[in-house]
Amino acid sequence: MELLEAIILAVLAASTPLLLAASGELLVERAGVLNLGVEGMMIVGAACGFAGAWATGSTLIGALCGILAGVVLSLVFALMTLGLAVNQVATGLALTILGVGVSGLIGAGFVGERIATAPRLYIPGLTTLPFVGKILFGEDAFVYVSLALIIGMSWFLYRTRAGLVLRAIGDNHVSAHALGYPVLKIRTLAVMFGGGCAGLAGAYLPLAYTPFFVPGMTAGRGWIALALVVFASWLPGRLVIGAYLFGAVSILQLHAQGWGVGVPSQLMSALPYLATVVVLVLISRTRSGGSTAPAALGTVFVPDR
Amino acid sequence: MNRKALAAAALLLATGLGLGAAVAADKLKVGFVYIGPVGDFGWTYQHEVGRQMIVKEFGDKIETTYLENVSEGPDSERSIEQLARAGNQLIFTTSFGYMDPTLKVAKRHPKVMFEHATGFKRDKNMSSYSGRFFEGRYIQGLIAAKMSKKGVLGYIGSFPIPEVISGINATMVAAQKINPDIKIKIIWVNTWFDPGKEADAAKALLDQGADVIMQHTDSPAAMQVASERGALAFGQDSDMIKFGPKTQLTAVTNNWGPYYVERVKAALDGTWKSEDTWAGLKEKMVVMAPYTNMPDDVKKMAMDTEAAIIAGTLKPFKCPIMGQDGKEVECKGGDALDPGQVLGMNFYVKGIDDKIPGK
Repeated sequence: MELLEAIILAVLAASTPLLLAASGELLVERAGVLNLGVEGMMIVGAACGFAGAWATGSTLIGALCGILAGVVLSLVFALMTLGLAVNQVATGLALTILGVGVSGLIGAGFVGERIATAPRLYIPGLTTLPFVGKILFGEDAFVYVSLALIIGMSWFLYRTRAGLVLRAIGDNHVSAHALGYPVLKIRTLAVMFGGGCAGLAGAYLPLAYTPFFVPGMTAGRGWIALALVVFASWLPGRLVIGAYLFGAVSILQLHAQGWGVGVPSQLMSALPYLATVVVLVLISRTRSGGSTAPAALGTVFVPDR
Repeated sequence: MNRKALAAAALLLATGLGLGAAVAADKLKVGFVYIGPVGDFGWTYQHEVGRQMIVKEFGDKIETTYLENVSEGPDSERSIEQLARAGNQLIFTTSFGYMDPTLKVAKRHPKVMFEHATGFKRDKNMSSYSGRFFEGRYIQGLIAAKMSKKGVLGYIGSFPIPEVISGINATMVAAQKINPDIKIKIIWVNTWFDPGKEADAAKALLDQGADVIMQHTDSPAAMQVASERGALAFGQDSDMIKFGPKTQLTAVTNNWGPYYVERVKAALDGTWKSEDTWAGLKEKMVVMAPYTNMPDDVKKMAMDTEAAIIAGTLKPFKCPIMGQDGKEVECKGGDALDPGQVLGMNFYVKGIDDKIPGK
């Protein structure tokens, strides 16, 4: 039982950065914008988040610095792709290159420094409950925020008028524009939201996961988040399944190795990817109809006057 | 993508270098190619410490340049070529994957001296050098077995290559001398560097009952997790005591400086020759970080062992070595396994309850 509890705790920790970054990207893509710079925004969020927490000793300020850094970087993307109508794929890739460089520059002075790990929730009576206590009531704030975020986003997308407008813009920006909706403004806001989420996801790594900064510590998680959005077919519910499944299999394969299952570790390391792809593809097969991708995804929109 | 980004950065740097060439022709120009950032606090950081040592030693007699974040493969060939064209006469390439690119560039620039780390190919103007890291692992194995209360060690492996496997075997051979029933749990993460994954592996090992963590990956994540959980751990490449003041027992650190000083001196004197160097504790290319967080008798044992390895009276892979199947491994080096057997090690010793991935 104790081992199971430890495994679940590790799974939650491993899944949270993916869920955070992927939630943001899902909203961005629902607005019809493809921002491939998630990895770049994450790593800058990690560097700035660490810097903020190191300077002030506060996880909250660190997290806010991470969010801010992600938003600033996403504004560069918005300026290029929405303002100047540059190709989104190229800009997104460039954003990652930029992010890796900038984070190295910012983080150079912080390599080898340590900070305290993010505090965990503690409610007397609840957190001490056997088994479920720590899992439900003993997480760090990031875990709860990531869940609140995806629930809130789901509600926003499907239960509010603004969400409907955002989805409409993602499917047909010309019509939305003709109806008088400010396409570029809404897209900019969506991109900023995505940047903030990616920044927060990045900040999670040095603040809660491994409380130190090293260059390149996101190690490709931004790309996994991007892939999750696609495999979740742009649906928040599936995104949660995908993120936790990925986290679960990544942790379980480590345990399986420790137990000596005897499966080659290279295959084990590939399992999270395989399992996530297979499961999400299977889920989306049960629905009839074609691709659920926002129809205007990745296309440039220049409003005529 | 990451790799592309880094390569692009390296290329930019390299072009910049090309422009700055042909200044101060009377100085010996020394170039370094690094796989990671100098701030990785591990492998590359230690090479950078070595570079700083030659700068200190030779002052204005030399001029050094380094390219960091150069990915292995074709991009590294371009970077090495650029360094050679920029007038560097001595070039250190510090990752296994630079081997073939270095060899190619070396053939094109016969007057430039090349030094490649951890590989096995050489040429008239290309040396190779590496450390006998397993000597340090042997000492760690002794300490780990003494310090483990549960008799279960946790080992985080990167890739199942001979260097890593010989490290695991050296650890186990030593640990069995203290506790014949010692168990070792091995988790391969299939990466050199992913702090999150390394931390997850450390957590998994601790959750499964290991109480001493060792690693062959590059970040201090495992050390940090062990420290949070109140377990013990060994650092890797660098002294990681900062990340676990009450956790680190010691670390096998790589000390390239003296070798770099020696080679630069040879190049300055005109006595540089292509050589194959495989140095260990004795030559101080492998250095143990201070022995901490252990009782005095364990510390003394560790220091005595270190002294015996340096004196040559103790050989970590002393025969007989039993393979996993219980059969004795052929002893090609007289009383111990010969260097070839260690450098190409692809079997586990008896007592390791794991399978080498892919075998």
